[in-house]
Amino acid sequence: SSHEHKLNFKKSKEVCLSYIQDAMLQKQWKRAAEFLTFYTESLEKDFSTQYMGPSEMIWRIGTEILCHHSHSSMKEFNSFTEQMKTLGVKRYLKVCLEHAFHLLCNGLIDEAYQNLSLAESWRFGEQTAIQDKEMKLIQAYRGLLDYYSWSKQKTILLEHGQDGFEDLSVEREMHSCFRKAAVNLKEIIKIPGVWDLFVKCYVDLLEFYGDHNEARQVLNEYAYNSKFPANPNAHVYLYQFLKRHGESKKSLISALKILHDIVPSHELMIDFNTMLQKSKKRKKRRLGLEVIFAALDYAGWKENVKAWSCLARQVKQIVISEKHLDWIKQEWNSRKDWWPAFHFSRYLAKRNWQENESLSYEKAVVAGILLGKDCKYFKYVSHQGCKAQVKRFRTLKKFVNKHNPVYLRISG
Amino acid sequence: RDFNERCAQCSEVNWGLTDGGRFYCRSCHNVTERTREVVNADFISNARIQTISKGLRKQEKTDGGCEWYVCEGFQLVLKKQAEALEALGVCPQMKDEILCNFWRRYLQKSKQAYCNRPAGETVKALSVCDSSTDVDSEPERPSLLHLSLSESEGDLQTDCSFASSTSRVSESTSVCSGSVDGSLYLMKNQREKLRMTMPMTLSFCYMALLWLREPMTLSDLLRFVVEGHIPYLNVFQHFPEKMKLCGLDLKIFCVESWPVYEEVYNKMLELAAFLDLPRFPDITDSCFLHPDMLCMKYLMEANLPDELHNWTCRVVKKICIGEADFLTLVPGNKSTRNVKYDVLAAAVIVVVLKLLFLLDDHYEWLLSDFAEESNKNNKEGGPYFEFKKWYKVIKCSLDVEQKKLDEERAKYLWRCEKPLFYSAKKKSKVLKRRQMVVNLQNQFGKLSGSVQPAEKPKPSSFQLSWSEENTDGSCFHGHSLKGILQEKCGLLTAMNPAYWLCTVKLCTEKLCGHLAHYREVDFPQSYHFVLRLFSFILRIQPSYIHDEVCVIEHKLFNKKLCKKSKYNTGLRK
Repeated sequence: SSHEHKLNFKKSKEVCLSYIQDAMLQKQWKRAAEFLTFYTESLEKDFSTQYMGPSEMIWRIGTEILCHHSHSSMKEFNSFTEQMKTLGVKRYLKVCLEHAFHLLCNGLIDEAYQNLSLAESWRFGEQTAIQDKEMKLIQAYRGLLDYYSWSKQKTILLEHGQDGFEDLSVEREMHSCFRKAAVNLKEIIKIPGVWDLFVKCYVDLLEFYGDHNEARQVLNEYAYNSKFPANPNAHVYLYQFLKRHGESKKSLISALKILHDIVPSHELMIDFNTMLQKSKKRKKRRLGLEVIFAALDYAGWKENVKAWSCLARQVKQIVISEKHLDWIKQEWNSRKDWWPAFHFSRYLAKRNWQENESLSYEKAVVAGILLGKDCKYFKYVSHQGCKAQVKRFRTLKKFVNKHNPVYLRISG
Repeated sequence: RDFNERCAQCSEVNWGLTDGGRFYCRSCHNVTERTREVVNADFISNARIQTISKGLRKQEKTDGGCEWYVCEGFQLVLKKQAEALEALGVCPQMKDEILCNFWRRYLQKSKQAYCNRPAGETVKALSVCDSSTDVDSEPERPSLLHLSLSESEGDLQTDCSFASSTSRVSESTSVCSGSVDGSLYLMKNQREKLRMTMPMTLSFCYMALLWLREPMTLSDLLRFVVEGHIPYLNVFQHFPEKMKLCGLDLKIFCVESWPVYEEVYNKMLELAAFLDLPRFPDITDSCFLHPDMLCMKYLMEANLPDELHNWTCRVVKKICIGEADFLTLVPGNKSTRNVKYDVLAAAVIVVVLKLLFLLDDHYEWLLSDFAEESNKNNKEGGPYFEFKKWYKVIKCSLDVEQKKLDEERAKYLWRCEKPLFYSAKKKSKVLKRRQMVVNLQNQFGKLSGSVQPAEKPKPSSFQLSWSEENTDGSCFHGHSLKGILQEKCGLLTAMNPAYWLCTVKLCTEKLCGHLAHYREVDFPQSYHFVLRLFSFILRIQPSYIHDEVCVIEHKLFNKKLCKKSKYNTGLRK
């Protein structure tokens, strides 16, 4: 490699920066700090139109170093960040926000609150309008901290209430926190985005003060407004709300339907299947079967007894009624090539039997029906079960033997 | 002043003083025969040059500054540089006489002083290079001059179209620069005059060093600059308080890159021609700059055996580059190629290494093994030189030093305490930024651990040094070349019979600026390694050394090249 013997300001700062980056990648914080001291003078030539100029670099790098360096303290960090705030007015609110996050991560909630409040009151000509997004975030997080205070006071009140005390000042505090929080939280969730935490808190507030309509509207918006990015949690929150308020099965089911579409492996699929199985409508029961099969496609569900028991119950019920065997056939069609190895191998049979008898039982039910009495899994488990003289296995064996022809119809 | 007569032409009372001491009317430029009474005896004994436009120059401006001209600034720079060179051991003659006179001559030739005034210029009084009178002494003008160049003695006539142009100067400059003529300076037409720049100050220095034949090459000089021993970067911080820099001055005096060898060298040649200098003092074989001497130095620094010196001398003699006529600078003489002494010496060594070791990535290692064998049997006398051992030692050191140098480049600081601002408006912002930089440096400096800011290393002529006292055998100065030489007709010649030319044909310098084109991949690695070594020592690109090597080879094998026949015979004396 040819070593240049020329050097100018720009080049030497580029080289310096690469040394800093190397040191940081290797977590050599002292070395990074050392080279950063030589890089800082690039601030004196900061008329760059680059996307990321020296002042932003120094802010980001300095923050990283101060976060990780063993000798650095919160005090140092604060003093550094305050300087960074004065460096670039275009970045002011962003720096404030990140500063607040850092304080929160270190448990300094009051300081974070002060910071956010201070930032909220910042005005700087047309910059205020340009940095509108950051401002909304600052207000939202401050609202969140207001919620947090509210929550603490609520707890105090309830405790006092139990002890028979009445505490007017705390109550007043609490209500004022509520108002502050509500205003800001409401604002941010209007903007399309992912605001799980804010939504939850806001809904909590609304529910406490009895404004269920508003709460429902907020959750519906969050879940169904197409401008918002697809977010499984939105549906979960809505479902949980509806459940809390004793809504009809119909609305619960419709809330979970979309969740199934987005995240077939969601843990709520069990609830979903349970509701659907019990439904009087044929379509719903059919959907239930689809849901539970889909869930068990995922490796994370392999050892979930509850899920297997749902599936077992449903296929058993279908087999006994001798109606809708075609449903099973349809579901099994795309799975018959890989489920046997995935769920019903001999190895798994052994393991399941050793580790979890209930699991092996439920799986055996399913295996026996889908793969017949001669399949590895069923044979092994039922044999073991009968040997151990566990009653239900004997019952199971009889059942599968009786309905064996069904398997032939399914697999054919 | 106290001349209150009405002008004959325009009846105004608005008088100024010409250089000749005559009054002239500022409104209509009518020159009278009335002369100013000489008040001071001092006045008579020295020819003085006064500022024309405003009698005495304006003393204090609102910010405590005074008027100053760009070339005064440069004069100060040169003075500081000369002082630093004196501190490094250069003889005081350089500062007091040589550099001074060069500078004065330059001012004269470029019509900035000591001469008839063309339109658009103001005359200024300059202080001498002596330490006694200085720019920052009494604010009154004019100051004294010791004149040793005959052209500047006596009365100087003035141009009458003066007043209008000077007012133009003062209008435009007060806004754009701290100096009076900053903006005018940058607008100047380049063709006749050689405009002064910061790199050119080094050209001046080098020219003076060369005139005195001081033991400092251009690469040494530039290295001292980069290491901070010679004021160059931020030299304006030595300007007196009253000389305020702002606006366009920054473009003139602010340096943001290391001086480049080629640039400084070429400017020096231009300058020497511009100043109509005569033939420089002869470079003889007792001079430091003579290839025989420099080769010795570089051989030592490259940790090569002293015996190689015989060979370098032979090459030098053979191609006649040791002649005073070849080595001495004759300004303006385009027919002779100008000599870069340091590059030349390095190139000679490279050629010698090629002669003895071939450096084709095979032969040198073979020879080394051969020498190693001989060394096993050779118990008495000094060890034979083994290329392999030398290569390992040098590579190790070179890598370490190069790494240090790379880090130094990353850590180079360009700014200084004295802040610079383009205009008064920006001043507060600049100061705030500077303060923040200092704060950040302190904050992160503490987190750097126990790393102390390194003290400026003492300036040294050698970057690499090897001592024969080291018992680890890492010094090769005393090693013998016997292992790779053979006796032939009573003379020691190289065992290597072959040679490869770096290039068959030299380029025309005028067309592409180079005599040859060096690409690392086209040449053997050993050759590249040797180039890299000297490239590090001289702080220049390997291609410059390569160019010089090509030229030397062409001189050396001139006859054979002319014959255009294959050459397999070795070099014989």
